[in-house]
Amino acid sequence: MGSSTIEGQPGTAAEPAGDQPREVERSGRTRRLVSLAVLLVGAILFLFPFYYMVVGALQQTPDPTLAGAFPNPANLTLDNFTAINGRINLLRTLLNSGIFTGGVLLATMVIGLLAGYALAQLEFRGKGLIFNVLLLGLIVPFMLLMIPLYVMIVRWYGLADTYLGMILPFAVSPTAVFIFRQFFRQIPKDLFDSARIDGASEFNVLTRIAVPLAKPAILTAVLVTFIGPWNEFLWPFLVTKDVAKMPLAVALANFITTIASSVANPFGAIFAGATVLALPVVVLFVIFQKRFTSSDLGSGIKG
Amino acid sequence: MAALAPDAGVKPRRRLLGKHPIGLLFAGPYLIYWLLLFAYPLGFAVYMSFRDYFFAAPGAQVDRPFVGLENYIRLIGDDDVHRAALNVVIFIVINVPLTVALGLILATALNTAIPGRTFFRVSFYLPYVSASVAVVAVWLYLFNGSGLVSNLLGSLAPDPPFLINSAWAMPIIALFATWKQLGFYVLVYLAALQNIPGELYEAASVDGAGTIRKFWSVTVPGVRPATTLVVILATIVGANFFTEPYLLTGGGGPNGASISPVLLMYRQGIEQGNPGYAAAIGVTLAIIVMGLSLLNRFLLDEE
Repeated sequence: MGSSTIEGQPGTAAEPAGDQPREVERSGRTRRLVSLAVLLVGAILFLFPFYYMVVGALQQTPDPTLAGAFPNPANLTLDNFTAINGRINLLRTLLNSGIFTGGVLLATMVIGLLAGYALAQLEFRGKGLIFNVLLLGLIVPFMLLMIPLYVMIVRWYGLADTYLGMILPFAVSPTAVFIFRQFFRQIPKDLFDSARIDGASEFNVLTRIAVPLAKPAILTAVLVTFIGPWNEFLWPFLVTKDVAKMPLAVALANFITTIASSVANPFGAIFAGATVLALPVVVLFVIFQKRFTSSDLGSGIKG
Repeated sequence: MAALAPDAGVKPRRRLLGKHPIGLLFAGPYLIYWLLLFAYPLGFAVYMSFRDYFFAAPGAQVDRPFVGLENYIRLIGDDDVHRAALNVVIFIVINVPLTVALGLILATALNTAIPGRTFFRVSFYLPYVSASVAVVAVWLYLFNGSGLVSNLLGSLAPDPPFLINSAWAMPIIALFATWKQLGFYVLVYLAALQNIPGELYEAASVDGAGTIRKFWSVTVPGVRPATTLVVILATIVGANFFTEPYLLTGGGGPNGASISPVLLMYRQGIEQGNPGYAAAIGVTLAIIVMGLSLLNRFLLDEE
């Protein structure tokens, strides 16, 4: 794995798969074989670091040679997990990551769903303005806001080392509002209007019809939003100095830069921490992989 | 719009607020959030960038003098800013060609009828959804002096090793980010490929075009919007590196060779207490990034 392998790939794949129209059958098979070979090489390059992470996390003594990439049953142990847990309290930091992520999810789902529904299905003054505001939120890069947010949240409001301080800048992602708006736009207005004619209040239309219908969009928005705060490093790193409040990503980075050398096998301990950090997202993604790619969010609404 | 016409004689409240005034209540929380945590810090960033802003004890009344363009003038002559800008260029030069070539190759391969497509898609996407801190940890041990890659290369490995070698540090970060995000672009290219109408290929075949000709005349123009996305996002990603130089190359080392604009903002604004100067860097970057996206939208509309 490395630059040479990556650069070596185009040669094999740019190979045209069969030029003669008369041999359609054969060229189709060649094309499939070449595709399969390319995809396998790709999968190895993408997955190897994850494999190496798990193997390294289970090794008693680190072995940075090629042999170290293959697990040796005599050298396997769970000690690395105990070692890193002794330094950064995995349960505590996982809980912090969970509260940070959960807070962001809750705010995004409530505020984002309300805004997305209103923007897609309701007619009111200022709607156009709010939509443009949303678009602006999508294009202005976060780096511009980093310093003023730090001054406001940490210096003015004293929210350093608090969950609220971590959550606030991420509380509502414009992407989630957008997902909800796109979802509700695909639902015919008549559906809501007929409920109104039957005498349902706007609030009931929202809670009895819109929210239950939006379940697939909620799942997509939850999955897309979850990744952000769970993986985020920079902002919680700026906000937390107290180890007891650090999310796992920050605590692990802290361990890597300052205290890793204090354990017997820093390589194994770091990989053990990395495995714990990466695992929840990997599991979620593998279970719900279809949701990440289905461009047709509204496939479930026909019925 | 059409719904407004029959409303001529309706209640004034309806005229003023629209057909569903409750929409304002639903979209309101998002608007308030946007004003407090987006619009305000945005204006604050610009304000700060024209001042000699410094941190003071909460509640203390201090004078932060207006300094005009001083921060911006200082930025033009700052060697660290030059190096950070050069690093964005290095990143783009490495990332864009690799992403376009490999993204298109893998998407083309994925677009054929082969078994295990879900497995491939998931494995390509895995680095993209995983926490940077976790996967950076693995790359740290793959590329450090005694790491697996250096071991495999033997005497061919650079000296000093990759991550502390000023010629290699930034290219390794660029390779890391390319690897991490490639799966996302594969899916973008896959969607673009699937949007190209099959008739275009048939028409090209009728005109006697071979596989290579079809690739250049149908596929490449067909995926152009995806390629543009790669270029624009590369600029944003290149400017936003933080976790990578902070952890992988020990804080943008060696000697600042892998410093990024956001790492520089962190150092100036938070570590060294010059938030006004850091804000000026942020404003400049944001203008460049947004200028590029506007230019691109303009060019796309021209076609």
